[in-house]
Amino acid sequence: MTRSRFRTALYAVAAFVSLVGLAEATYLTVIYLTGATAVCGGSASCFEVLGSKYARIAGIPIAAFGTVAYFSAFSFATFAAFGYPRARTFFALMVGAMFGFTLWLLFVQAFLLHAFCRYCLFSAAMIFLLAGIVAASPPSD
Amino acid sequence: MKRRLPFVIVILVALLTLVSGVVLHRAKRPPVLTIPKEQIASAANSTESIHVRGNPDAPVTLEEFGDFQCPPCGKLAGAIAQLEHDYHPRLRVIFRNFPLVTHAHARDAALAAEAAGLQGRFWEMHDLLYREQSVWSKAENARALFNAYAGILGLNIERFEKDMAGDKAQARVKSDQQRGATLGVQNTPTIFLNDRALPPTDLNPDSLRGAVDAAAKNVKSS
Repeated sequence: MTRSRFRTALYAVAAFVSLVGLAEATYLTVIYLTGATAVCGGSASCFEVLGSKYARIAGIPIAAFGTVAYFSAFSFATFAAFGYPRARTFFALMVGAMFGFTLWLLFVQAFLLHAFCRYCLFSAAMIFLLAGIVAASPPSD
Repeated sequence: MKRRLPFVIVILVALLTLVSGVVLHRAKRPPVLTIPKEQIASAANSTESIHVRGNPDAPVTLEEFGDFQCPPCGKLAGAIAQLEHDYHPRLRVIFRNFPLVTHAHARDAALAAEAAGLQGRFWEMHDLLYREQSVWSKAENARALFNAYAGILGLNIERFEKDMAGDKAQARVKSDQQRGATLGVQNTPTIFLNDRALPPTDLNPDSLRGAVDAAAKNVKSS
């Protein structure tokens, strides 16, 4: 496989992973807007995390920011897969920001709330995957 | 064409996200529940015994369908008790059991509250169960803890245990659940203020206080 094909394949995978993250973040945003509490089922720690003050910034749910971030990542990955060189830089910057924020959220869950939410962990896994893709993508020719 | 394709894909995904978000919002939006006039609980003339806190003849009624193991119910319990105190004698609070099957100990907790109620200490057990929710929720043998709580409240433990397994407590929980089902209750907490259920977005201490305040003022002016 040539370097350019490998890169295209990587960004196609990144676009798909971003799409999965986008679906999850959209779902959580909508659930927040409807005010449903059943989203956590019987999990008290999930409620504790999603109902905490850290789950909102200026009254806006973090999931809504996640929706925007995942959509941006998806768009940049798609353009990168089609060979737009600047999109690769934007994608790397976006994923870097998401990665940093995810580390903060994991810190909050582990050390401040002492509770983990499965949705947040799933999203963290998606972002780690995206970060892995950024790290694995070959440098520009 | 190839240069336009990424634009098309991105726009399509944006539209798809928007449409699915709207569809999901419509599907998940809870219906507005109301209590028909003939079913509004009247503590004064009721043939059934209901758990009322505050002035039984208060013009504003807050009727909660709660599950002792539900974390949002636990978070609201203190706020509701405070409201009853602050708006006395204009507000009465009614509690209805609505234990969800997803919560392993919720039904036993409801029975424990009812059994305490048979010894005249329903609200004390109600408050204790919510206060200690994080403890007994995770316990393997929650019943042992409920017995301990009965002891703390000074109940006759032998009778408490018997009542928990007895028909009276079971019938009370069942009757509350039936009322909830009839009114369309699906989640906990579901809170009716007079005859209208509050939207889930209002189920936080500040919004709840605002709604009670508005209802109390409404009664005053009319």
